[in-house]
Amino acid sequence: MSGKDKNLHIMMTESESEQEDVGKEGIEWIMNLPDVPMKLPPHVELQRTRVECKGDAPIHTDTIQYSGAFASMGFDNSLRLDNFRNNFKIEVINLKGDDIEFDMIGIDPALANAFRRILIAEVPTMAIEKVLFANNTSIVQDEVLAHRLGLIPIRVDPRLFKYSDKDAPNENNTIVFRLHARCERGKPRLTVKSEALTWLPNGSEFPLVSDKSIPNSKPQTYTSFSCSQDKLPEFSKNSIGPKDSDIILARLGPGQEIELEAHAVKGMGKTHAKWSPVATAWYRMLPEVLLLEEIEDELAEELKRKCPVNVFDIEDIAGKKRATVARPRACTLCRECIRGDAWEKRVALRRVKDHFIFKIESTGALPPNVLFTEAVKILEDKCERLIAELS
Amino acid sequence: MDPQPEPVSYICGDCGMENTLKQGDVIQCRECGYRILYKKRTRRIVQYEAR
Repeated sequence: MSGKDKNLHIMMTESESEQEDVGKEGIEWIMNLPDVPMKLPPHVELQRTRVECKGDAPIHTDTIQYSGAFASMGFDNSLRLDNFRNNFKIEVINLKGDDIEFDMIGIDPALANAFRRILIAEVPTMAIEKVLFANNTSIVQDEVLAHRLGLIPIRVDPRLFKYSDKDAPNENNTIVFRLHARCERGKPRLTVKSEALTWLPNGSEFPLVSDKSIPNSKPQTYTSFSCSQDKLPEFSKNSIGPKDSDIILARLGPGQEIELEAHAVKGMGKTHAKWSPVATAWYRMLPEVLLLEEIEDELAEELKRKCPVNVFDIEDIAGKKRATVARPRACTLCRECIRGDAWEKRVALRRVKDHFIFKIESTGALPPNVLFTEAVKILEDKCERLIAELS
Repeated sequence: MDPQPEPVSYICGDCGMENTLKQGDVIQCRECGYRILYKKRTRRIVQYEAR
């Protein structure tokens, strides 16, 4: 604003109380002035939105949170809910089986990371927690076999179960599996796989040994189911079992035998990794590859050869070979293309700070897209809890 | 615990044959005559945490 404009503005505000309509006109006029910067200059905008990968190290890696960071340039850096709503986007790139790849655009890395951490540690699943051995004469020790059983992913919706806490095991919080394998004498070695686990919808079959044996009609077992789980509408059609049937648990020599019961309960990945619903969930920022000058002929060939993941292609226009960026998403930011003399001046490697390529690999209890919505719900619950505590 | 001493079965250390012995029996495999017998694992339930 020039000095003349400033004086004008002061005059306007002074006279506002006297003549309101004139004041309104004045504000409008000021807002329409051409020299009020609404955008940042390009080099600052680049620092704000991109991580630049230089030959030695990346620069401008931090995100700027403070709302008044660019106040002196007249740029409002505050995060507004409306802006977020309008700019946030999710684009599913690939959803196949237990894997999903999607782009999360317009979100702070803190939030993207919160979703990743919730997926790994706080979305519940069912996993074997207690193993009751009746017999185990195999060379795999009881505790080792119990640990192996715990890590088997179980194909069941955990939302249909409750946490067991201190309740007695019942049909709402426990799934019981039985494993009985025996290798007969004179037979070859037997490989026991996860398919040998059979679901017991009626609960445990092992009788509880107690001093006072009540002459009851039904002997007490390790679980107290009030009804059979396969009578429940959720499980009547699809039975419960391990997600993969070919996980090797043990190998039995002739005469060896394993007889056990495994009790699965609901839990979270932060208690033990066996409850984590994802093999892993991770993200990376979108790579941006730019050619700062025309790269032609031999240099173009060299550039194409340099890249191990084939980001660059060569365009042939009237006998002239020109390098182009064909697959920037494939870039792993190995920085091979900016290694060597003067290459850093020809190629710019950047990452978009608010664009995340998110990948989720489910272990199979829930499809990966459902896992993500569950993670969002968990974060929502946390926010609500915080608001309730503050108010 | 049991009122009457039950015959307990043992496994031969040599041939792996199951032998049932009562109190006062000679400790010797009926199949091969080997004199080292091993006691079988109990059927009593042992509970482990799968961690």
